[in-house]
Amino acid sequence: MCLAVPMRVIAVKGVENDFTTLQLGVVEAQGIKKEVRLDLVDRWPQIGDYLIIHAGFAIHTLDAVEAETNLRLLQELADNMQAAAREEKQ
Amino acid sequence: MKYVSEFRDKKFIDPLVDELRKTIDRPLRIMEVCGTHTMAIFRHGLRSLMPEGLELISGPGCPVCVTSSAHIDGFIEVASREGVRVAIFGDLFRVPGSRGSLTKAQSMGAQVEVVYSPMDALTLAEKNPQQETVFLSVGFETTIPLVAATILEAGRRQLANFTVFSAHKTMPPALDALLGDPELRLDGLLCPGHVSTIIGAAAYEPLAANYHLSCVVAGFEPVDVLQAVIMLARQARNGRAEVENAYGRAVSWQGNLRAQQLMHDVFEPIDCQWRGLGTIPASGMAIRESFSRFDAEKRFGIRLTETPEPKGCLCGQILKGRKNPADCPLFAGRCTPLSPVGPCMVSSEGTCAAHYRYGRA
Amino acid sequence: MKMTETILLDHGSGGRASQELIKNIFLPQLTNPVLDCLEDSALVDTAAGQLAFTTDSYVVDPIFFPGGDIGELAINGTINDLAMRGAKPLCLSLGLILEEGFALEDLKRVILSIQGACRQADVPVVTGDTKVVPKGKGDKIFINTSGIGLVERGIHISAKNARPGDVVILSGSMGDHGITILGQRAGISLQGSLRSDTMALHRLVQQMLAAAPGAVHTLRDPTRGGVATSLNEIAEAAQVAVELDETAIPVKPEVAAACEILGMDPLYLANEGKCLALVAREHAASLLALMRSLPEGAEAAIIGRVNEGPAGRVVLKTRAGGSRIVTSLTGEPLPRIC
Repeated sequence: MCLAVPMRVIAVKGVENDFTTLQLGVVEAQGIKKEVRLDLVDRWPQIGDYLIIHAGFAIHTLDAVEAETNLRLLQELADNMQAAAREEKQ
Repeated sequence: MKYVSEFRDKKFIDPLVDELRKTIDRPLRIMEVCGTHTMAIFRHGLRSLMPEGLELISGPGCPVCVTSSAHIDGFIEVASREGVRVAIFGDLFRVPGSRGSLTKAQSMGAQVEVVYSPMDALTLAEKNPQQETVFLSVGFETTIPLVAATILEAGRRQLANFTVFSAHKTMPPALDALLGDPELRLDGLLCPGHVSTIIGAAAYEPLAANYHLSCVVAGFEPVDVLQAVIMLARQARNGRAEVENAYGRAVSWQGNLRAQQLMHDVFEPIDCQWRGLGTIPASGMAIRESFSRFDAEKRFGIRLTETPEPKGCLCGQILKGRKNPADCPLFAGRCTPLSPVGPCMVSSEGTCAAHYRYGRA
Repeated sequence: MKMTETILLDHGSGGRASQELIKNIFLPQLTNPVLDCLEDSALVDTAAGQLAFTTDSYVVDPIFFPGGDIGELAINGTINDLAMRGAKPLCLSLGLILEEGFALEDLKRVILSIQGACRQADVPVVTGDTKVVPKGKGDKIFINTSGIGLVERGIHISAKNARPGDVVILSGSMGDHGITILGQRAGISLQGSLRSDTMALHRLVQQMLAAAPGAVHTLRDPTRGGVATSLNEIAEAAQVAVELDETAIPVKPEVAAACEILGMDPLYLANEGKCLALVAREHAASLLALMRSLPEGAEAAIIGRVNEGPAGRVVLKTRAGGSRIVTSLTGEPLPRIC
C-alpha cells in the first residue's frame, strides 16, 4: 500500500496556500514526466527538490540532507569492510 | 533513478549483510506489515540474503487483500448498476468476493477502469457527465489523504456524478489487535515506510510501550530493509523496545500534519471487518456526514452483508505467523493464485501465494 | 483445475490463464502431434522441405501508439513467429474485422503502415479478407494474419532443443512495448519518450544461422507474458533450469522509471521487436558480436544460462545479490499501488 517513488521537480504551477489556483508540480525521472497534485505537500516545492510521489500526489519532500548522510555512512561502512578484508589478507 | 538506485547498490548491501550477520546473536522473529514490504523483499530476493535464525513474517499489510468479502460484494453490486462506471487501483481487480471478482463483473458487462490516481477517477467523472463514476477506494494512511483531497476537489468543482466507496483501513488499530494476541511471539516490527510518512514515526510509540516491542520504520529498497533489520537486531541484543526511524529521508517523527488534517476532515473511524482477522474496532475509515453527497454507499443504498469466512480458511492464523500454508485444508486445492480464497493467496506475494509459487519445490 | 464460467481478459494475457484455456479447451479437441508442440510456428513436412506455418491476431488498444500501430505490429509479429523457428518468411495473409463507424482515414493509415512494414521486411501480403461487424460488436479494427515460411534442411530450432550449458541472449532492451501501451491507457497517461519496439527479426535470425548453423538451439520472441513467461515455457518444454542475471538484462532508463512509478515488473511486459536466443556456449561470444553489429540487435546482451535443474525452474539473481524464482505471468499485468 506504499508504492511511492522520488521524482525531481522541474516546474511548479499555482500559488502556495491559494486553493482557488490549480496547484500542480511537474516532476520527472529518467525522462518520464508527470503532473502531480500538491494538496498534501509538507512545504511548497522548489525546482530541483525531490518529491515522494504516491498515486499522483506528492506526499513528502525528500530530505536530501538525510539521504546524503545515509549514503555517506553506507560508503564508510563499505570502505571499512574493504579495509578489514585487505588486512585479513596480509 | 536518483535516491532509488543508490539504495539498491550491491556495494552497500554486502557490508550490511555482513553487519547483520555479526549483530544477530539469537533467533529473531520479525514481522513486516506492509504489502509493499512483502513485494520489495520478494522482488530483490532479500530472504536469501538473511542469515540463519532470522524469520521474516508477512503480516496483514496488504490493504487490498484484507478487504472483506462483504466489501468486494458491495463493490461488484455498484459496478453492476446501470449507468455506473467504477474506477479502481489495479490491485483490486482479481480480489474475490463471495461470488467472484471485479474481473468477472467486467466480463459480465460492468464498466471497470483501472486508474493510477484517485484524481484520474475525478477526471473520468468530468469527462462522462451522463454516467456516475464511483471510485472504489482501498488503502491505508498513505492513500486516505489523497482520497480526502480528491473529495474536496470534487466539492470545489461541484461534481454531481462522482462518489467514493470507502473500504479504507488504518494501521495502528490493526497492529494493536494483532499484537494483543499473547500467542504471537515477535521480536520486532518493521513499520511501513510510506504509511509512516503520513502518520509519523511517533505513531508507533504506544505499541512499543504497551507490548515491549521494537519498532523500526523502514523504507523499501534493499538497503533500507537491511538497515532496519540491523536496528531491530541491535535492539533485541540490548533488550530495548523503542521506536526508531530508519527512513529519515521520507519519514519525520510527527509525519505529514497537513495530510493528517485532510484525512480527518473528510473521514472518521468506524469498526471494520478485516478478511481473515475479523472485526477490528475503529480500524476503518468512513466518509463524514458533511461529505455524504460523495459517499457511494449512501448514493446507491448499498448494505454490506456479512459473509462468513470460507470454511477451513486459515488466513487469520497464517497472518499471525501461527500456522503455515501447508496446514490449511484449502491450500493448493480450492485455494490457488488463479482462484484465491483468502488474503494470503490473493496477494501475489502473500505467504500462501509465495509458498504456492516458490516454496513448494 | 476449476475453470471460470466466462472468458476473462486474463485469458488473452499470454500467461497461466491463457495456458489453461489451451490445455483445457483447445488441445483436448484439436490435438495432433504438430499442434501439440505449441511453438511460435508449426513445421509441416512437405516434399519441398519443411514449411513453417503460423497464425496470429491483433486486438491492441490504442491502435496508434508511439513507435508504431496495429498494422505494423501485425506484420512484424507474424514474420517473427516464422523467424523463431529459423524459417525464411515467404508470404502473409491479412484478415480484417472492422467495426461499423471506424474512420476510413484511420483504416488508410493502418494499411499504409502495413505496406511500409512489408516493404521494409521484403515479405508480401498475398491474400486477404475483410468483414464488418455492427457498431459495438468489435473495437475499431481487429487483424488476423497467417504466415508461411521455409525452413532449410538441417535447421532444428525449438524450445525442446535448449540444453544445459546454453547461454541465454536477449537481442535488446526489455519491456519497451508493454510499458508504452500501458502508459497510453486513459487512467494512466505517462509523458515521456516511451516507444514500442516493433521490428521484424528475420534478417537477424538468418545471419545468426548462417554464421553458426547448429549453435542456435532455441529462439522465442517474448511477446505477451514477457521474458519471464517465455523462459518458463522453454524451461518446461526442455526440462531444464534457467538462471538470469538481473544486472545483465538491458532495460531503458525511462522504461525502468515508468515501471517503478506504476509498480510493474519489466520481466512480464510484452516485447515486439526482440528475441531470446538460447545458443551453444562455445558460439555465444561470436553470435553476440554478430547481433550487436546489426540494427536489430544493437543492444543485445547475454542475460543468463541454462542449467541441469531443477527442471522447469527460472531463477533470477537480483541486483541486490539475492535470488528469487521467476514464474509465468498469471493474469494481465496491471499497475498497482501496493
